[in-house]
Amino acid sequence: MAILTKEEARALLKKVLAYSKAEECEVSINGSEGGNIRYALNAVSTAGDVSTMGLAVTSVYGKKAGTATIDEFSDAALERVVRRSEELAQLAPPNPEYMPMLGQSEFKEEITFNPTTAAMTPDSRAELVAKSLEVTKKAGLSAAGFLENSTGFSAVMNSKGLFAYTKGTDVTFSVTTRNEAGTASGYAARGFTDVSKLDTFSATKIASTKCLSSSGAKAIEPGKYTVILEPVAATYMMENMFRFDARSAEEGRSFLSKKGGGTRLGEQLVDPKVTIYSDPFNADLPSSTWSGEGLPREKTMWIDKGVVKNLSYSRYWADKKGVKPLPGPGNIIMEGGDASIEDLIKSTERGILVSRLWYIRMVDPQSLLLTGLTRDGTFYIENGKIKFPVKNFRFNESPVIMLNNLEALGKQERSISVESYRSYLIPPMKIRDFTFSSLSDAV
Amino acid sequence: MLPDLSAFGKTIDPAQALERVDVAVKKELADVALNTAKSNGATYADVRIGRYLNQFVVTRENKVLNVANTESYGIGIRVIANGCWGFAATNDVTKEGMAKTALKAVAVAKANAKIGGAPVQLAPQKGYGEVSWKTPLTKNAFEVPVKEKVDLLLNANGIAMAGGANFVNSVMFAVNEQKYFASTDGSYIDQDVHRLQPSFTVTKIDPSAGSFETRRSLSSPVGMGYEYLDALESEKVGGITPRYKQRYDMLEDIKYATKQAAEKIKAKSVEPGKYDLVLDPSHLWLTIHESVGHPTELDRVLGYEANFAGTSFLTLDKWKSGKFNFGSKAVNIVGDKTQVGSLGAVGYDDEGVKCKKWDIIKDGILVNYQAIRDQAHIIGLTESQGCCYSQSWQDVQFQRMPNVSLLPGKTPLSVDNMIKNVEKGVYIIGDGSFSIDQQRYNFQFGGQLFYEIKEGKIVGMLNDVAYQANTQEFWNSCAQVCDESDYRLGGAFSDGKGQPAQSSAVSHGSSTALFKGVNVINTKRKIG
Repeated sequence: MAILTKEEARALLKKVLAYSKAEECEVSINGSEGGNIRYALNAVSTAGDVSTMGLAVTSVYGKKAGTATIDEFSDAALERVVRRSEELAQLAPPNPEYMPMLGQSEFKEEITFNPTTAAMTPDSRAELVAKSLEVTKKAGLSAAGFLENSTGFSAVMNSKGLFAYTKGTDVTFSVTTRNEAGTASGYAARGFTDVSKLDTFSATKIASTKCLSSSGAKAIEPGKYTVILEPVAATYMMENMFRFDARSAEEGRSFLSKKGGGTRLGEQLVDPKVTIYSDPFNADLPSSTWSGEGLPREKTMWIDKGVVKNLSYSRYWADKKGVKPLPGPGNIIMEGGDASIEDLIKSTERGILVSRLWYIRMVDPQSLLLTGLTRDGTFYIENGKIKFPVKNFRFNESPVIMLNNLEALGKQERSISVESYRSYLIPPMKIRDFTFSSLSDAV
Repeated sequence: MLPDLSAFGKTIDPAQALERVDVAVKKELADVALNTAKSNGATYADVRIGRYLNQFVVTRENKVLNVANTESYGIGIRVIANGCWGFAATNDVTKEGMAKTALKAVAVAKANAKIGGAPVQLAPQKGYGEVSWKTPLTKNAFEVPVKEKVDLLLNANGIAMAGGANFVNSVMFAVNEQKYFASTDGSYIDQDVHRLQPSFTVTKIDPSAGSFETRRSLSSPVGMGYEYLDALESEKVGGITPRYKQRYDMLEDIKYATKQAAEKIKAKSVEPGKYDLVLDPSHLWLTIHESVGHPTELDRVLGYEANFAGTSFLTLDKWKSGKFNFGSKAVNIVGDKTQVGSLGAVGYDDEGVKCKKWDIIKDGILVNYQAIRDQAHIIGLTESQGCCYSQSWQDVQFQRMPNVSLLPGKTPLSVDNMIKNVEKGVYIIGDGSFSIDQQRYNFQFGGQLFYEIKEGKIVGMLNDVAYQANTQEFWNSCAQVCDESDYRLGGAFSDGKGQPAQSSAVSHGSSTALFKGVNVINTKRKIG
């Protein structure tokens, strides 16, 4: 049984803690179970089913900490792991940044678990994939996709009285559809806490439509264009700026560092239409209500109408700077508007619709300059209409510069990063002067 | 190469890392899995019993931030049933766990077989019986006391801070994969694989300008023991900054890095345009990895990676023609999983195939790919090239890149003599930012150090440099490759691929090479 209930976890952790003789002791346990199917060329290529559970004990003397772990749960094994962590702590070099453990806090109940997702089986995964393949086989396209579900829990208890527990589910699906000649490609990606919201048939339809309309792409000159980034493209681009860390900013090595010293906290960083916050209780994108440092997570504003409102402080850095610690975001929600992607296209005189971005890498961490490419459906817009598909571009652009060139936001939706597979709530966005630096022959 | 992926397990006592699980016990457990799978309808099965050990020592300035030993131990069982693959994994390494997991793998295969598709076709593979292999090393990093590693890193950090750095981070990362493979073909293979990665980043800040620069170490991750850190004069390459072959001098490198980070802040910003590029092996390995290694992966060529990493411009028709001009005649590239000291070197891959070396690009022509057992028949091979790998027991094995390396030039040529003939160029050392499209045509690379070459001489440092090119045009612009006296390995500890994403370690060797007329861009931007 890889998933323990809150009470089962509490009883086990309490038993382990009772063996401790150290000045401070923390016991944590986590487990997960889930599975995946990967398919390509309209057939399953690999699939798997994995379950794991492990327990870790950290013992502390002064600023010397030692951690040991185990995946056996007999009384003798549990006592042994406590003793071993105590021995390791005595041998460890002191960590000057070690912070004493926290006592009990109030952690609200999270809403991250869904029983339908937790009950998924190899057969139910295969059924969802079969629905996706039904679309591509009928359309004469080739599908490559990936479906993964996971259920996980973690709990922590320490000798100062802290106890926290969380349990969550997640399912992600992505599909790429290509034509036989290899001259057109489309993509769709979805992520949910509750699998009953996942419609692999509709998502594959969207990917197939993108594929069929992107055949015969024309080359147009790279340069500065107005772009409409669909949520899956915007998410991947924006993911690189969701590091609101005070320490690196104050040390002078972040895009949030200020010339002459200090940080950009309180400054207008981007367009006033931009508001970004985290909220563990958002029904569409719930997250854990406590952080890895044992701090409660609440709704936190990061950028409000373009102004930097908060930076995250670890307990060590907060103590050093004499401020209250603030955990980093557990999820990211960016406010949007009411416009649909079609509305954004209608209001565009000349521009490019970008379905997906790919292989984004940091070029300069100071300006957050990123490079990457468009992929799986790039279209030229003229006088409010999609005119024709265009060949893919490489871009060199910073999300900070991009959000200063923001023209309009559409309706936000839950979207996954095509690389980290993390979920975000991000709107489609229309940006002027987005920098495409060269053409790519890739389809 | 995708971003670093974590494959770390639970934390353990360092002494535990030296313990071994008895081979006879593993064989007995493996047989339970193989027999259960066969008796429940599997036509093929393999089992991997894996113990994956990592050790990290993490420091910044004068502080040790973390010393951790982690262990991940479990079993992964792969089967073919009803013509379809199934896989299941657990950390319950008991006979009961084996049997239960084998049944689960068969159930997964049978569920997926209902979807349909061509049955899996495996290249024949003889059983090797009971065999073993171990990374050749003289100092097991897990036997070196943690204090020795802490002292080295803090000494290095001390040199940087005394030299005027604002910040310095350094890490020692050691890996030991104890892998036992058994299959219904009759192989029982026990392997002990070691890898090591020492690294640092020096940061210099200019608060008045609100700018900062970093210089990362010029070390390589290696398939070696701790002997890599025994500095040896004979393993150094001189020139504008020291570079290293099979031994690394961290204390020397960080001294240079500290000066160079400060120099980078004041360096001239590059004028964009066409330049001849002289690419050091500490840089070129990554360009080889992205533009040669990935597009010659057969699974990408066939479309199995279409949903994530992408496909490849090196389609089968180009290979079948026998005359696809991938590069100039100076370009000879091999796949090699036997190279001593490399990250990809093992005795046998993760489906029990003995490792080998083969040509991929010969005199500029595409002649082969990288394949595993269920792909070999597609390119007319009667056996696998041994490119199957899984990052852990809990992930299914699939086709991963072997070491893919550019062979040195056959005519004697030093770096100095190469530079003498460059009119307008940039000499690039160390790897930096990297990005390439999903079919591997268009790429952009940065670096750590850039030096301007004018009329055959290095005239100073440049900054804000990146180059963009099309893969085929770039390799056809390769005019010269230095001789074997300059040959060095670079590599990636965490090359990402697949869904769920898996990490693999791979080396790429080359000598310094010259590329003519490549497009260089300026990457400087201002944000408010």
